[in-house]
Amino acid sequence: MTDTPQIQLPEDKPLEIAGRIYQSRLLVGTGKYHDLMETGHAIEASGAEIVTVAVRRTNLGQNPDEPNLLDVISPKTYTILPNTAGCYTAKDAVRTCRLARELLDGHDLVKLEVLGEHKTLYPNMPETLVAAEELIKDGFKVMVYCSDDPLLAMRLEDMGCVAIMPLGAPIGSGLGIQNRYNIRLIVENAKVPVLVDAGVGTASDATIAMELGCDGVLMNTAIAQAKDPIKMANAMRLAIEAGREAYLAGRMPKKLYASASSPIDGTFF
Amino acid sequence: MQVQVNGEGMELPDGATIAALIERLTLTGKRLAVEVNEDIVPRSQHPDFALSEGDRVEVVHAIGGG
Repeated sequence: MTDTPQIQLPEDKPLEIAGRIYQSRLLVGTGKYHDLMETGHAIEASGAEIVTVAVRRTNLGQNPDEPNLLDVISPKTYTILPNTAGCYTAKDAVRTCRLARELLDGHDLVKLEVLGEHKTLYPNMPETLVAAEELIKDGFKVMVYCSDDPLLAMRLEDMGCVAIMPLGAPIGSGLGIQNRYNIRLIVENAKVPVLVDAGVGTASDATIAMELGCDGVLMNTAIAQAKDPIKMANAMRLAIEAGREAYLAGRMPKKLYASASSPIDGTFF
Repeated sequence: MQVQVNGEGMELPDGATIAALIERLTLTGKRLAVEVNEDIVPRSQHPDFALSEGDRVEVVHAIGGG
């Protein structure tokens, strides 16, 4: 093989959240898989380094030899990001985060989500603000799931949240990025990482989020509920990389009319 | 004495510790977190923390979620 000259792309700075560096910009959840083996394989294929988990009551009648999620997704290998999914009040969310911190030996990075109602799982922003304030005061590093309102996003950043995570569309809907302009505005204003959390359905949705300048994407259902989750996990890894490269490359401007790619000069007809 | 564990009533010997409760649940050595009456009880205190009549205990672990 001969060496082909490589075009040097501008150096990208890796994702940094709460002082820690990550090579992957894809964050994944662990819900809705068939079993723990599939979960482990899909997460490996995704290349994700940050993995979300939920905190729930231990089943008291359970088989003591039942494998545990954290045996498959080891905190030694991955940054475990406990979520507050299922919480509808600030109080429940704060309680869940404190349990998670105990569960993970003092690990204080959390994904705060306070939900508004069952049908849309839309974030309850007044309760989210209350919970964020209390958690930050208590020493947590808060990555916050929020609406795509640019002003609320700035408010959350000013409060000290370490990452802003607006939804692209409702959780588990797979509808894609519904309001690109708002996501773009949030990215422009923010000094902390902005990650689209929720709404991605397929690879192109993840690419769009990255082309808008997002620092990363968090997803679960799009991978777990694909016909082949492991293949989709790999597709998402590539989609995130493609979107990031396109963002860094800087896209051409959109035009209403055509602009010929072949020169007009030198035509012989 | 009667306590509530994860929402279910449970009869325990008076003064039973959290460590004893975890052993009874055959969860010893598992990665879990315990809350009594909505306050965290750190793992280091499980062997000494004696439960009282009517305590509401939550034993939680990590499961799949997004």
